[in-house]
Amino acid sequence: METCPKVKNILLLDSEGKRVAVKYYSDDWPTLSAKLAFEKSVFAKTQKANAGTEAEIVMFDGQIVVYKFIQDLHFFVTGGEEDNELILASVLQGFSDAIDLLLRNIVDKRTALENLDLILLCLDEIVDGGIVLETEGSVIAEKVSSAHGMDGATSLAEQTLVQALTTAREHLAKSLLM
Amino acid sequence: LNCIRRKENAPQRLPFFFPSQPDSDPCCPLRHSCKPPPPPVPSLRIQRGHRHHPRVDAAAAPACSPALSSRVRVAPTAPAAMAQPLVVKKDDDLDEEEYYSPFLGIEKGAVLQEARCFHDPQLDARRCCQVITKLLYLLNQGDTFTKVEATEVFFATTKLFQSKDAGLRRMVYLMIKELSPSADEVIIVTSSLMKDMNSKTDMYRANAIRVLCRIIDSTLLTQIERYLKQAIVDKNPVVASAALVSGIYLLQTSPEVVKRWSNEVQEAVQSRSALVQFHALALLHQIRQNDRLAVSKLVTSLTRGSVRSPLAQCLLIRYTSQVIRESGVSQGGDRPFFDFLESCLRNKAEMVILEAARAITELNGVTSRELTPAITVLQLFLSSSKPVLRFAAVRTLNKVASTHPLAVTNCNIDMESLISDQNRSIATLAITTLLKTGNESSVDRLMKQMTNFMSDIADEFKIVVVEAIRSLCLKFPLKYRSLMNFLSNILREEGGFEYKKAIVDSIIILIRDIPDAKESGLFHLCEFIEDCEFTYLSTQILHFLGNEGPKTSDPSKYIRYIYNRVILENATVRASAVSTLAKFGALVDSLKPRIFVLLRRCLFDGDDEVRDRATLYLKLLGGEATVGETEKDVNDFLFGALDIPLVNLETSLRNYEPSEAPFDISSVPKETKSQPIAEKKATGKKATGPSAVSGPIPSVDASYEKLLSSIPEFADFGKLFKSSAPVELTEAETEYSVNVVKHIYDGHVVVHVDASEADEFLEVMSKPLRSLPCDAPGQTFVAFEKPEGVPATGKFSNTLRFIVKEVDPSTGEAEDDGVDDEYQLEDLEIVSADYMLKVGVSNFRNAWESMDPESERVDEYGLGVRESLAEAVSAVISILGMQPCEGTDVVPSNSRSHTCLLSGVFIGNVKVLVRLSFGISAPKEVAMKLAVRSDDPEISDKIHEIVANG
Repeated sequence: METCPKVKNILLLDSEGKRVAVKYYSDDWPTLSAKLAFEKSVFAKTQKANAGTEAEIVMFDGQIVVYKFIQDLHFFVTGGEEDNELILASVLQGFSDAIDLLLRNIVDKRTALENLDLILLCLDEIVDGGIVLETEGSVIAEKVSSAHGMDGATSLAEQTLVQALTTAREHLAKSLLM
Repeated sequence: LNCIRRKENAPQRLPFFFPSQPDSDPCCPLRHSCKPPPPPVPSLRIQRGHRHHPRVDAAAAPACSPALSSRVRVAPTAPAAMAQPLVVKKDDDLDEEEYYSPFLGIEKGAVLQEARCFHDPQLDARRCCQVITKLLYLLNQGDTFTKVEATEVFFATTKLFQSKDAGLRRMVYLMIKELSPSADEVIIVTSSLMKDMNSKTDMYRANAIRVLCRIIDSTLLTQIERYLKQAIVDKNPVVASAALVSGIYLLQTSPEVVKRWSNEVQEAVQSRSALVQFHALALLHQIRQNDRLAVSKLVTSLTRGSVRSPLAQCLLIRYTSQVIRESGVSQGGDRPFFDFLESCLRNKAEMVILEAARAITELNGVTSRELTPAITVLQLFLSSSKPVLRFAAVRTLNKVASTHPLAVTNCNIDMESLISDQNRSIATLAITTLLKTGNESSVDRLMKQMTNFMSDIADEFKIVVVEAIRSLCLKFPLKYRSLMNFLSNILREEGGFEYKKAIVDSIIILIRDIPDAKESGLFHLCEFIEDCEFTYLSTQILHFLGNEGPKTSDPSKYIRYIYNRVILENATVRASAVSTLAKFGALVDSLKPRIFVLLRRCLFDGDDEVRDRATLYLKLLGGEATVGETEKDVNDFLFGALDIPLVNLETSLRNYEPSEAPFDISSVPKETKSQPIAEKKATGKKATGPSAVSGPIPSVDASYEKLLSSIPEFADFGKLFKSSAPVELTEAETEYSVNVVKHIYDGHVVVHVDASEADEFLEVMSKPLRSLPCDAPGQTFVAFEKPEGVPATGKFSNTLRFIVKEVDPSTGEAEDDGVDDEYQLEDLEIVSADYMLKVGVSNFRNAWESMDPESERVDEYGLGVRESLAEAVSAVISILGMQPCEGTDVVPSNSRSHTCLLSGVFIGNVKVLVRLSFGISAPKEVAMKLAVRSDDPEISDKIHEIVANG
């Protein structure tokens, strides 16, 4: 028996079932065609569901998949049949929260592709080799964005503050110029 | 609605402009507001630009803020790049999605060219990041690099360590992991990564550890082991987790190294960071998982508190139930482990509650009192607003319902409301749970709810439902009418093979077990084969119809359906329809002339098999064939099941050498060889001489028979009835090894001794008892006479007496003088089971009913205190040496009573069927009721004697 909860894959697909970013952690699907076939069936099986803000769940072929849709993005997290679905759901939640933060609330396919580097780093920070690294969305986003800060110290919250200050300064500059 | 109507008006254009809008997304006012009828292209641009405005603003404004430089990097470039192709052309013939993708028209070759910028002396960090993203995009889409390409990219990437840009460094780490370089390439980055591992920046340290551990081999690992040990106890949780998770990964490749980190890992378990605790616990358990005592100690110390992280709690629950499982059920007294599980039901985190509830329901021998608190928390989950939680609860309860239906009935009301759940997986699980726990009065109501339900779920769910209905019907036979109707309705609807097969199997089982349901069930099946696309199902139904149809009140009404198959279907179905017609002809005299007419028409069929069958059956029914003289023989031929295991038949046919003598099917051994025994025999290295058959085991019997019949003294013993599995008379690994096979004949028992010894020549003598010994090198036979057909039992004591002789190594000849020696062997017992052949029957109920009720002998026995019901059942089975039927030798855990069906052939070719009913009382007293039917009432009595003495 597998004693450690394992994530088998995390998928981010678009509204047509095409890949935006995917990461597999298990060898249940050894070839590219097996992976694509799995993605296709996951997409088909979840298409009818109206997964909104709450994560939905489906079980098939011995896998449990939790998923949610935001705009034209479909988020999936897959685990084994015997695993605790709530752990998978917390991974899904962490993933989508982190993406939401990183894309600054504009979560759609276009923005995701434009910031694919962030998405890939995000996948890297959530799970390592199937083992959950972190499930708190804000912490994941922080880890990803800190890499993109110069010194790795500026947090997202601070960034917004800096941003506000700059805008204020610009306003001031404008008013002075006028 | 608005949106949908528009779509209808402009069906072609709209998907082009609004593909990213799910129809069911009414919650975005911005999108609603900008939803004009198909606008010209420029207005789309405006809309797009507008939509992204806030973002561009936010990102582009503070160029002075270093923190945001990364955002600026991508954001302005993307729209700018897009601006050109968009306005100019391409707007009509491209998918919108490609239209906007920054990766539009990306090509591997071009990107690899771009990667040359990694070699630039002045690195442009932003540009390098973009190229890496493009490379990763390609890999992510399923593109692959050739060996050369990968090596080139890898070397180029290693150059990027020169840059101090943190963002770029992250991407470099990712790229290296994706490329998974080969061992000789790894050396190039090792030093860079090791430098990062000791960097002051936590982010560098954590990531360098993760990357390095993914790519190095065990020799390099020993070099960095020191740093990893340090990292495990690092005060930064991210670094510690990175080292621990890498440890879990490395444990597969270099376990001996990771096991040395025990102390550090143990320290990390006490970490204040939730995730470090989780990772440390996972690693510590994996290090010690083969040491039961250590795991038990670990669990004991941790269950007293100190584990706070929910994920770590979940692990601890798993380990605890593992310890409980391995230590066996401890009845009564102090149960710290169980108490821990129960306390977890009151945890704050839902995942911990679920894990604990599941662990409790899965405990061996859990009592209903222990179940109650777990069921209660699951019941609360059932009405949660979160689908995942409802799913988890109903899935667990569904499993519990199979073993403890009564414990789940409290949840029935909540469960019924879940039938209309949006999530069909939840609804299906709810329905099947209700079917398992339901009582007779609720069946009709349930059926009504199911009819609507079935139309909108997938086949795999439907199969689950069909199976649940089948077991429900067997539980409440009086309700067969509504359940059978339900099955026939869904049989008419669309569905795949597996689904249809499940329905057909269910109907057939119901017909077999509920006599009242026969006529309507057969009728439904006939209707089904009128329009059935699956050959397998058609032939199965036709075969079944042939057996059951003639026994109904009006067999003639089935003929039409069967003959239609001959006209309309493929050759396989036609052939089986012909056989079915013949069965009707044989059993129903009034139909015989008409069947003859139909069969004669089949003589002109285009297929060989169909014509052959028709010819054979015509002769047979007309009394011309040589199958037999009486009508009974004809029926036996038509209806008789093949009572020979197919494996045995196959082996015999393979061994058959073409000769004058025709293949005799009665020479095929009938005994079912169970696989475990066969394996054990194959590994028993001690068997030597001609009887040591290393090939497939079913041939053992044949080779025994050949061997024995080649010995003239045994020639007149008649046909070999049974050969036992070899019995070891010596303990394993002793100086001499002797094993014995017991061959049972009608009037004799032959004990076949097989002795061997490492490298000395050994002559085996045996003590003859009233009969002739026959010496063969390494083997000897002793025959005992016994009264014909009587299962004489007894014990033989054995002594191995022999002369040890020196062998001249040069000539290989034995010297004349030897030393007498004696070797005490274990006793050999001839037991009743030796006189019983394991022969299974396919349908026990039919076989039982076809036997003379006069031959039935029933008695009850007390078996005393037993370890478990399963143990008692297997003990009785082994005393009788009979074949368990229909899987009844498996006793479900926790059950208080069990019925076991056995069949076999007793010496003298007497068929015996046994029905055993067991019951176990609270203090583990087992009582058994034994009913025997056999061809010979005396044998029935004998079976009782065997059990009484056994």
